[in-house]
Amino acid sequence: MGEPGIKEPLSLEELEAATNLRTGRKHVLSILVENKSGVLTRIAGLFARRGFNIETLTVGPTEDQQISRVTLTVDGALHPIDQVTKQLHKLVNVLKIRDLEPADTVARELALFKVTADGSQRGELLQIAEIFRGKVVDVTKRAIIIEVTGTTDKIEAFETMVRPFGLIEMMRTGEIAISRGRSET
Amino acid sequence: MRAVDALMECLKAEGVDVVFGLPGGANLPTYDAFVNGGIRHILVRHEAGGGHAAEGYAKATGKVGVAFGTSGPGATNLITPMCDAMMDSVPVVFITGQVRTDLLGTDGFQEADTIGITMPVVKHSFMIQHPQELPRAIHEAFHLARTGRPGPVVVDIPVDLSRAEIDYEPVSDVRLPGYQPRLEGNQKQIRQAAKALAAAQRPVIYAGGGVVNANAAPELRDFALADRFPVTCTLMGLGAFPAPHPQWLGMLGMHGTRAANYAMDEADLICAVGARFDDRITGKLSEFAPRAKFIHIDVDPAEISKNVPAHIPIVGDARHVLAKLVVEYRAIGADPGRLEAWWSRIAGWRSKYPLGWEESTDTEIKPQFMVRALYEATGGQAIVTSDVGQHQMWSAQYYDFPEPRRWINSGGLGTMGFGLPAAMGAAVGCPDALVCCIAGDGSVQMNAQELATCAQNKIPIKVFVMNNGYLGMVRQWQELFWEGKYSQVDMGEFPDFVKLAEAYGVAGIRLTDKTTLVEDMRRAIALEGPVFVDVRVTREENTYPMIPAGHAAREMVG
Repeated sequence: MGEPGIKEPLSLEELEAATNLRTGRKHVLSILVENKSGVLTRIAGLFARRGFNIETLTVGPTEDQQISRVTLTVDGALHPIDQVTKQLHKLVNVLKIRDLEPADTVARELALFKVTADGSQRGELLQIAEIFRGKVVDVTKRAIIIEVTGTTDKIEAFETMVRPFGLIEMMRTGEIAISRGRSET
Repeated sequence: MRAVDALMECLKAEGVDVVFGLPGGANLPTYDAFVNGGIRHILVRHEAGGGHAAEGYAKATGKVGVAFGTSGPGATNLITPMCDAMMDSVPVVFITGQVRTDLLGTDGFQEADTIGITMPVVKHSFMIQHPQELPRAIHEAFHLARTGRPGPVVVDIPVDLSRAEIDYEPVSDVRLPGYQPRLEGNQKQIRQAAKALAAAQRPVIYAGGGVVNANAAPELRDFALADRFPVTCTLMGLGAFPAPHPQWLGMLGMHGTRAANYAMDEADLICAVGARFDDRITGKLSEFAPRAKFIHIDVDPAEISKNVPAHIPIVGDARHVLAKLVVEYRAIGADPGRLEAWWSRIAGWRSKYPLGWEESTDTEIKPQFMVRALYEATGGQAIVTSDVGQHQMWSAQYYDFPEPRRWINSGGLGTMGFGLPAAMGAAVGCPDALVCCIAGDGSVQMNAQELATCAQNKIPIKVFVMNNGYLGMVRQWQELFWEGKYSQVDMGEFPDFVKLAEAYGVAGIRLTDKTTLVEDMRRAIALEGPVFVDVRVTREENTYPMIPAGHAAREMVG
């Protein structure tokens, strides 16, 4: 390839290990998989047997019928992310994995909160919902359901706010994420 | 034609010359196809025997082994061979029958969720959902099994689909967009590795089963001889470097040589090729090779930095990478004199701690002596299979393997009952070779039924049972680490192996005298057909040297 000849041998001290360090932050992995039966089981099974813990997991179709997208979040403080992605890559139905950089990513989650709300509390609750740009999707005499979309932080903050009112139920979809700019996720 | 007839065509197109299997309700159509299918089928007595035979065939020949079983218990009996093949990266395609599609999920007779059960222990699996999918699935299964890091692949075929008519057209390509093994190795990384090797004062080459799988033994030899690099192999790698050899340190790990383990401990650079830093190699991970930097060459990226962080990771097939590494290394023109001090250090360990045992003063056969006797009786030229335990370690220590694919054993999973059926598969795959199985008296009983298969098909394996009447390795651990309290390890004098062999139609011989052992073994080997030899050895002998589990190499005992 026309590269220059090798003269100086490398000193061993200069070598640094490409280690398996835990990154200490949350990782959002966006995984494209073939839309075939059993793929999710393969992914979930891999996490279970390697002792990796999935924090959230969402699966949905993509613009291509043959391909689905799995978005999952993993705690990089507990697991070596590089080992997680390498093992995922070994699954034959996994096409592509992207470990999304938080700064270059738009991540959203949808949550539904069912909160106790009689007449006296409803006003205050509605104010809080408005601050969080939540939507009231159902009201009855004793409860109210609020829909909130946003980052995980925002949803957790909203939860903290409404919990004192009497949180009956909460449901969250888990994060989906897309990379910013023109490039594909 | 029927999907199963297409299956036969696919197998032939893949170069399959033999299948090990056992029929049942859910694969009756498949067995009907065998009648005029033009493929040799060997009827085993237990699916596990068939699975291990397919592994032995694959390990001895380098080709893909094939095992068939029916649904339910047929498939579950194949789980151990699958798991074994996964751990040791053995290319085997398992084809299982499944209940009719309308019975799936109803707990039908002999229904088991084969795909679900096998998922964690196979490289990949295919559930056939339409008969037309079958040919492509078969070819993709073979492609996956043999390429990249080899491994087991399952194809599960519901019985109604297997007999359905399809338009068969030969498949010449595979469509696996998510599967692209990297073989070549990054040139820059390879150059970096060459430079590091040239600078190393105390290098060691640590080669594993990946070298055997990649058929890279000649390249490994060239690489080692490009300088005077000391070479050690894992249990799975034995034969990848010719033993004995001036640069051969012996096996490393729990029952490896002191020379190999101490060299790893003091090395400043370790070049791992097709090896995975298993706990039987590293011992206490935090104290493993504390002075060393690591070059790690492996076709499976997930192995690199899994247990030990690599300084120079190279993803690629051992054959491609080593060939390039030799060229790069030679171009540097490193000074071989720099290794003098290292070699004199190694020579010190070698002369101070040779492998050895205390010979008996009477005619009693020491187990180590038995392995050496077999080495002599076979001229070191046999394919040797083994089960798991003391006899396996002694075989690895005392039978020098001059070539790869001569040593066939269960390393990762440690499967008792592997050796006899694996020998059977190896003998079918290599009809001109002498195939011996060194078995334990405990292990051999786990698949002894395959003696019937050997007798019926005149498969001339020579089985040598190292009979000490114990589950020997467990007994050793109880002696050393559980205050000598023996718990459930005494097998007694049962069965009478000579009678057992004869009942199966196999020649049975008992040997008890060391003075005539080599000659007696020669005679046994010379007999036609399968032979089963019960060799009575010292009852309580320990396998040494040994790194106690979880300890460092420097703490070797014995």
